Amino acid sequence: MAVKTLFVDPSRCIGCRACEAACRECDSHKGESMVMVDFVDRGWSVATQPTVCMHCEEPTAPCAQVCPVLAILITPDGVVQQAEPSRCIACRNCVYACPFGVPKMDLQARLMKKCNLCYDRTSQGLKPWCAQACPTQALWYGDYEEFANQRRGHPVNRTAFGTQEVRTRVYHVLGDDRPRLDVVALLDEARAEIGRPPGQREEAWVL
Amino acid sequence: MSVNKDFFRDRDTNYDFQSAGAPPSGWPAADRLPEALVPTHCCFCGVQCGMYLRVSDGRVTGVEPRDYPHNRGSLCPKGVVAYQQVDHPDRLTYPLIRRGGKGGRLERATWDEALDYVARRWREIQAAYGRDAVAVYSGSSMTNEKCYLMGKFARVALGTRHIDYNGRLCMSSAAVGYDKAFGLDRAPLPLTDIPLTECLLVVGSNVAECFPIAMNWLWRARDNGARLIVLDPRETPTARTADLWLPVRPGTDIAVLNAMLRQIVVDGLVDEAYVAERTTGWEAVRAAIEPYTPEVAERIAGVPAERIVAAARLYGRAARSLVMHARGIEHSTHGVNNVFACINLALARGQVGKPGSGTMMITGQGNGQGGRELGQKANQLPGYRHVDVPADRQYIANVWGIPEPELPYEGAAATEMVHLMAAGEIKSCLVICSNLMVSLPDNAVVQQAIARLDPLVVIDFFLSETAELADVVLPGSVWCEDEGTTTNLEGRVVKINVAADPPGEARRDREIICELARRLGRGRYFPYRSSREVWDELRLATRGGVADYYGITWEKIDAQDGVFWPCPSEDHPGSPRLFVERFAHPDGRARFFAVEYTPPAEEPGNGYPFRLTTGRVVYHYLSGNQTRRLGFLQSQAPEPWVEIHPQAAQWLGIRPDERVRVRTPRGSMELKALVAPTIRPDTLFIPFHYGHREAVNQLTIPAVDPTVKIPEYKVCAAAVERLDAPAPPAGDTAQENFTPETAPKMFPYAVGESRSRAEQEAKRF
Repeated sequence: MAVKTLFVDPSRCIGCRACEAACRECDSHKGESMVMVDFVDRGWSVATQPTVCMHCEEPTAPCAQVCPVLAILITPDGVVQQAEPSRCIACRNCVYACPFGVPKMDLQARLMKKCNLCYDRTSQGLKPWCAQACPTQALWYGDYEEFANQRRGHPVNRTAFGTQEVRTRVYHVLGDDRPRLDVVALLDEARAEIGRPPGQREEAWVL
Repeated sequence: MSVNKDFFRDRDTNYDFQSAGAPPSGWPAADRLPEALVPTHCCFCGVQCGMYLRVSDGRVTGVEPRDYPHNRGSLCPKGVVAYQQVDHPDRLTYPLIRRGGKGGRLERATWDEALDYVARRWREIQAAYGRDAVAVYSGSSMTNEKCYLMGKFARVALGTRHIDYNGRLCMSSAAVGYDKAFGLDRAPLPLTDIPLTECLLVVGSNVAECFPIAMNWLWRARDNGARLIVLDPRETPTARTADLWLPVRPGTDIAVLNAMLRQIVVDGLVDEAYVAERTTGWEAVRAAIEPYTPEVAERIAGVPAERIVAAARLYGRAARSLVMHARGIEHSTHGVNNVFACINLALARGQVGKPGSGTMMITGQGNGQGGRELGQKANQLPGYRHVDVPADRQYIANVWGIPEPELPYEGAAATEMVHLMAAGEIKSCLVICSNLMVSLPDNAVVQQAIARLDPLVVIDFFLSETAELADVVLPGSVWCEDEGTTTNLEGRVVKINVAADPPGEARRDREIICELARRLGRGRYFPYRSSREVWDELRLATRGGVADYYGITWEKIDAQDGVFWPCPSEDHPGSPRLFVERFAHPDGRARFFAVEYTPPAEEPGNGYPFRLTTGRVVYHYLSGNQTRRLGFLQSQAPEPWVEIHPQAAQWLGIRPDERVRVRTPRGSMELKALVAPTIRPDTLFIPFHYGHREAVNQLTIPAVDPTVKIPEYKVCAAAVERLDAPAPPAGDTAQENFTPETAPKMFPYAVGESRSRAEQEAKRF
């Protein structure tokens, strides 16, 4: 059976943080959100992006590799679990090791916490809460073929950090390779009719 | 450039678990498996997403996804935490009364004391000043049953003509626009039709933040290849990835829309066959738009002419196109005309009545659609009947069992009630489901007006800014404490189910209203023991009306996942798509209305160089009385801010995140500056969900549309300055185009003024 996983498409994200609100409803970590939504740069744009655990497949998840007490376990189906509370010694190695900045340290509980792909729900065939709630389906749950059939964009699950490539269970969705509409040509055509020079860079507005 | 910059917090994502705002019973208690999942819908916006509430021991402990046709199990952040209102510590659990008069404190009272006091005062006032001295100010964020009941309560129990509701502030202009153009006021197609379209023109709507679930349908259309054009002064999350963004100057949309239509004519893209066969009035429109060349529109609206031409081509060349519009154009002194300009585009392209095409108003409030057709509007009776049309009056009088002459005539619109309160004509008002002190424009005037009311009676479940000023506060129910139906923005009637009982001494709103009616001696007209009985009477009352609910039973709603009105008989499946073959006018044709650009009531002038516009954020709903109490939502947007372009900020010496002062001719407020190039440099934006000194309606202009009386929230003249800026020189003025005093008035009528045959006929629309 095809592997069901998360697809993260920032181009659809509206920054509503429904995923964060919903993550807190998950029975395995009630009241705490393991997903993060960030403005890329609010001083410049309204663009936002959700971050979930990417569930690294190859090499073995760095967080698990660096854990000195083997607290971070990986299920046979490749879901990287959060640190086992009875083992975690709050050393934060995982926080520093994760290339995606996912694990969080709960200072009060002295435990590492992170997304476990809503294992209680996904192991029973339900969607994880974040993708379930996501109003715009910027977080989407399903298998690769389904995604390719339904959606635009180019899913990738290999991320290069310098020379180190990491293959993850979770996919990022990049934009289409070619723009679907040549807006510049359309605007140039209009400019020509109005008698304005083509291709000039302009503000979106006139004051 | 910074990364992860959050406006209100420097988040350290290593430690931030977003744990603000727990359910009242605490998270550990919420962890247990629910005993029952109650199927219901969200209490917030007009989308009315399906959801399950988790219930254990009669308490609501959480939420579960519900696969409903229009939200497919998704919820926005408001929907996820909505359940936390139920046992919220701020809930009002007993009646409050201000025994010491206006200066006194609100003190605990028994139901009998509070209700007897209200009934006695109302009898005294009505005996001394006439029946119209008591008004009802209702709302649309509650079930159809309650909306119906409020209309009946005002007209039968109180016998007052003055009943209106907060939908007046919301989309009354779109309602009248659709009514006049199509003969029927409803979005003509369901959300699930949106992916069929090839071009989306979103006019004055930040769909992403205001209707997050509807946004998915827009994205699905784009997955299918649809183009997206957005008209908005701000680069909203909706506009961010649009194919074309037209950053229109607030209040000037008609210039752009007319220029687009003119370009469609020039390019020969008008669907002449459709126009000839299914519409009237095209010639007048064609003549009226002739002066709106792209260059003229550029001068008026500040959108580059080539963008307007390009937008007209994208829109005009699409075989199926859809115009979606919302408060951005409707909150205007020419709101109805703005809506006409959108409708003209769609009619000229022959789109209305085709699947996935035409125009779609995006109703804002939870029950904004149902609330405006069930008889709580100043001029309407249930089923979109008109209160001044004899046949309509007779029908409703029969349903209600009262003699027709007892039925009052048309009363004041919500925005006009304020003036009647200030003038002393309205002596007392019952407010339900509304928060005037946040939602009405120029709220210093509103405060003076409602201070004259004795008593101001408020039914609410939280102590809103308005309830704080009330003389009697009656604790009501939140949405999932009573059964009923709502009608969402598609016209789909959905069912709300009971998940809990009201806390403490709080009562269901329906019971409070019936009890008040009984104490006014009109109990025999309000014998309801359940919402179901109200619903069945409502069905009968709307039978044969434009908004015909007669065939909609609660069982059918469950069986069909909602039923679209009109549904005239029990074997009728409902009407998801409207106008497929004919429009609702007697001749079956749609009407074009020629509209000219008229400037907003107030424009920037000497001393007030900016246009101030107001709007929403995704975390809050309307006046924020509910969402500001929910920790998760409040922590994301704890206070209002002013969005300002970096060029303007630099010019004024304003640094990012600095606190600044925003002034208008009506007042000033201090807030934090969000400096970002996502807004026009000549425009300021402030979200409106906040109260007291944080209410942007301290600044907004009370000018209203002359026909429907919707306020112009979306544009007024303003200045922004650093807190240490010197006091402004005297004599600074904005340019006033018209004021409430010079605007034409709908009210007061002399009673009977509109009873001439011609006027009554005109009111059929």
